[in-house]
Amino acid sequence: MADALLLYRRLIAAQVRSQLQYRASFALDIAGTTLITFIDFLAILVIFHNVPSLGSWSVHEVAFLYATSCIAFAFTDLVIGHLDEFPQLIRQGSFDVLLVRPRGTLFQVIASDLALRRLGKALQGAVVLAYALGGLDVSWTPGRVAMLALMIPAGAIVYGSVWVAGACIAFWTTEGGEVTNAFTYGGNFLTQYPIDIYGRWARRLLAYVVPMAFVAYFPALYVLDKPDPLLLPRVLQFLSPLVAVVAAALAGLIWRAAVRRYRSAGG
Amino acid sequence: MIEVEALTKRFVVREGRFRRTRRTVEAVAGISFRVERGELLGYLGPNGAGKSTTVKMLTGILVPTSGHVRVAGLEPSRQRIQLARRIGAMFGQRVQLWWDLPLLDSFELLRHIYRVPAERYRASLARFREVLELDPFLSTPVRQLSLGQRIRGELTAAMLHEPELLFLDEPTIGLDVVAKQRVREFLADANRERGVTVLLTTHDLGDIERLCSRLLVIDHGRLIWDGGIDDLRARYGGERTLIVDLEEPAPPLAVDGARVERVDGPRQWLRFRGSAAELTARVAARARLVDLQVAEPDIEEIVRRIYSEA
Repeated sequence: MADALLLYRRLIAAQVRSQLQYRASFALDIAGTTLITFIDFLAILVIFHNVPSLGSWSVHEVAFLYATSCIAFAFTDLVIGHLDEFPQLIRQGSFDVLLVRPRGTLFQVIASDLALRRLGKALQGAVVLAYALGGLDVSWTPGRVAMLALMIPAGAIVYGSVWVAGACIAFWTTEGGEVTNAFTYGGNFLTQYPIDIYGRWARRLLAYVVPMAFVAYFPALYVLDKPDPLLLPRVLQFLSPLVAVVAAALAGLIWRAAVRRYRSAGG
Repeated sequence: MIEVEALTKRFVVREGRFRRTRRTVEAVAGISFRVERGELLGYLGPNGAGKSTTVKMLTGILVPTSGHVRVAGLEPSRQRIQLARRIGAMFGQRVQLWWDLPLLDSFELLRHIYRVPAERYRASLARFREVLELDPFLSTPVRQLSLGQRIRGELTAAMLHEPELLFLDEPTIGLDVVAKQRVREFLADANRERGVTVLLTTHDLGDIERLCSRLLVIDHGRLIWDGGIDDLRARYGGERTLIVDLEEPAPPLAVDGARVERVDGPRQWLRFRGSAAELTARVAARARLVDLQVAEPDIEEIVRRIYSEA
């Protein structure tokens, strides 16, 4: 494990060095992403300019949802966003190169890139989080602080698991990218709003099929001390870390099954 | 080093866009062979004959449908990671180096991926730098290398961890004559000096003729030849060609024991078996000769003949 982390650091450091060779273009990239993602948030502000609240949610509460899910997503995107190009890796047969190296395949795929420019999105999320917390009167308890600290990594892991599982589609079709994006980017879009404004069917999909609701909605209810408009069991508000662990384990199993299938069917 | 027994790989192919039908294709149909430590052998076959499927099963990329495989005493599909430490592989057109990084960075990363101790890494890198003359482009990003430079980098990458067994797929494809020669010499050396076992799949018969003492030929998933190159010549290459330049153009010569294969102005190509001296005397009795030469059959032609007989 320690050895794998050290190797990950080495592989990523080499990538980052090469990205930083073009400093000006790199800085522009980050600035660009930051600005563009702000437009998302502007859309939320525009809605609240016209209506005082969404369901029982105030603008600062929605900003809190938006920011936490945004930061979680940004970390996932940073670490494994390059899985979007995974179908090409399969199609070109480059996955075979990974199979003749003495390391796990998922590890090698994840460690093959780290797109630093995606930090722009996290930066933006942090600014919105500051705005949200500034406007909210949260009565901080150790439990709430811990939840805020946990919900972001847990969310990142949930996003990451969906992303990895989705990338596995490439082993079957070699063009899974688009289908996954509907879940990851789409999921990210959905979690930025409180889920009770969505229909019953979409809600089920969110909470059970794709456990995105655990990324922001449920933990936010706890941190903000809000009554659940959906009247779902209160225990759900504490399950995010557990959901993250289960999602990661499932994604790992799916990946293994997919690789096994690739190795017996030959891609 | 390699033991293969009744090795078979079937693929299910789905055809048709709407109404899909399934068809089973036997890419490798029960082949058997053994390779001893220190051999350098060529693996030859037309496209789609099952060459790369075989190599993928030997390296642990693909799981065989049935049959028995042992490579370096391991079962490739089950012990992929242990096997990966002991073998090196280079797949012609597939880049294993990091595209945007300087060549040296790629080597450095591979050293950690394979856990090569620092001293052994330094020693073997020094050797590759000298033999393959890597120094002029060691700090150039891989994407800026010429093909020849990149192939030399890929060879180094495949061998930095000092594998006992090397799988090379088309290592000289697209290289110019000088670069080809350099790669061939390097491989012959690695085989002779360090005892590395090499399995070479190639279309380039020059590679085979200069490097390999043994040849496997596969077609339609079956081995149609397993033996020495000299045996192959003796069996399929009995006929030689006498090329004669006559004083002036003439109709094809009718001489006993030979048939004219080609005529180009005053030059004629005669296929024959037996003694070149006797044939020359017979030709000289019919036409005035200016010059002549005897051509041995080349591997290319022999292989063409095996394919057509199989």
